[in-house]
Amino acid sequence: MTKKTATREAYGKALVELGRQNGRVVVLDADLSKSTKTAEFARVFPERFFNVGVAEQNLIGTAAGLAAAGKIPFASTFAVFATARAFDQIRNSVAYTGLNVKIAATHAGVTVGEDGGSHQSVEDIALMRSLPNMTVFVPADEAETFGAVRAAAGMEGPVYIRLGRAGVPPVHGENFRFVTGRAVMLREGGDVAIIAAGIMVSAALEAAAALAADGIEARVLSMHTVKPLDAGAVVAAAKETGALVTAEEHGIMGGLGGAVCEVVCAECPVPVRRLGIPDVFGESGAPGELLEKFGLTSAGIVRAVKEVITFRSPSRTPPSPPSG
Amino acid sequence: MGKREIDELKSRAGEIRKDIISMLGRAGSGHPGGSLSAADIVTALYFKVMRIDPQNPGKPGRDRFILSKGHAAPVLYAALAQRGYFPREELFSLRKLGSRLQGHPDMKKLPGVDMSTGSLGQGLSVANGIALAGRLDGLDYRVYVLLGDGEIQEGQIWEAAMAAAHYRLDNITAFLDHNGMQIDGPTGEVMSPEPVADKWRSFGWDVQVIDGHDMGRILEAVEKALAVRGKPQIIIAGTVKGKGVSFMENKVEWHGVAPNADETVKALSELGDRGGMVCHD
Repeated sequence: MTKKTATREAYGKALVELGRQNGRVVVLDADLSKSTKTAEFARVFPERFFNVGVAEQNLIGTAAGLAAAGKIPFASTFAVFATARAFDQIRNSVAYTGLNVKIAATHAGVTVGEDGGSHQSVEDIALMRSLPNMTVFVPADEAETFGAVRAAAGMEGPVYIRLGRAGVPPVHGENFRFVTGRAVMLREGGDVAIIAAGIMVSAALEAAAALAADGIEARVLSMHTVKPLDAGAVVAAAKETGALVTAEEHGIMGGLGGAVCEVVCAECPVPVRRLGIPDVFGESGAPGELLEKFGLTSAGIVRAVKEVITFRSPSRTPPSPPSG
Repeated sequence: MGKREIDELKSRAGEIRKDIISMLGRAGSGHPGGSLSAADIVTALYFKVMRIDPQNPGKPGRDRFILSKGHAAPVLYAALAQRGYFPREELFSLRKLGSRLQGHPDMKKLPGVDMSTGSLGQGLSVANGIALAGRLDGLDYRVYVLLGDGEIQEGQIWEAAMAAAHYRLDNITAFLDHNGMQIDGPTGEVMSPEPVADKWRSFGWDVQVIDGHDMGRILEAVEKALAVRGKPQIIIAGTVKGKGVSFMENKVEWHGVAPNADETVKALSELGDRGGMVCHD
């Protein structure tokens, strides 16, 4: 069994590595450094770490000022506070200005668990994606998180990195290379494409394996960059498979599913099933129970795939029967 | 500070007021009241206090100015133009499609604008970030911030005020343009900021209260502020909204309405413009 690592853990490690390589990197937190895993950076580089206390608006504004003076600030807190509480600060002091601020938010989605709906961000991707100048990364595992953090530091301009609390298994091999804006095809398949981000990528791979046993060959794309979206990979998946399922630990409006639909409806309309949290808030519960409740599991993806392929254009050939 | 230098700065402030009126008259919209109330402070900063180079507006070691009350953009634009950051004629493009002079300051468009502002309450946090960076880099630049007295009703101002004192950011000097008015009426009626000096003091700031139209006092206050160690400083400047134009002074209605052609001529003549509409020397 492969070791699971939460993307927030990977973020904490990536930050320290980045701090060693680049003296311009500074880190800010709003009293959650132990949870967001910025505490290790704070220990190693105390002079480059700023804990602003429970003050998210000031967190983002201070990061904007540091960026305006040439630093590369990473500002961290829980996703629900980082994006919603400080949205106007992100909009006006960061996105409108195009300043070089990286917002790395942890505890996204329902896997926050027991803290409940007040703390479960189901809208942060939608909020961040709607802002001009903003790049949005939703890494699936440790390797993608390292890639996203390095890419964010290496590019000029605002970036949102969405990180999770729960451990996730690795989805990439040794040779993985993170390229901003480029989807990663983790599995070939011509019957349907599952486009996933974050913790749902490993579930998508499990689902694809289960579907193969039923004779359905599913392509799996890890869409670690939700903005700018890899429209080429989405359109290719739509053209070559004729049906799409999106999977994300986020509301079904405005996130990855919304982004994919915006592309396919304009360029290659095919049926799409968006797996995510419907138009409701989360609630308290164990992370696994919540994922089960919202169908954010490999079984949920399998169900969505079996449903969506029945809506495919009848001119397409049906899935090939199981081989062997 | 010699009397002659103070007289020159006063005269410069008059020129800046004229440009404010001229550009707003031409634009047909904008905020004269809070631009005029801040004119003496902004003049002192751009023509005496700040170490800046209009030829090199992005110089890392320069002093910064953040117009946190971004709706007073005309006073900043007039000061930047007269200081040589861009041609004075360009002031007439204020608020026009394609202009670098946006309705609220845009650092991406206009050289000399150190921070884009407009949504109130955000400038002081940004000042904190710039001040922290200056400390990390061992640069001795200072960050000047202009706050409105309506603006400080925003909660973020107090988050930032607490942080600036916590970090002992003595390289920040803020001004409060305390003109006592906001869009809906006197600040005392809408949402009183008083006792405003006590509030800042209790947040750990060095506080001075001055007449914000007395050029000599403004310069003295800055000098005192610059000598303060270990604390951010705020200069609470008592001002008159619409200062310099009789029919605009202390009138809430002139917060966000531009003068028409007749009012523009009248205002300019009060400000001592011999040539009428033209804002050039």
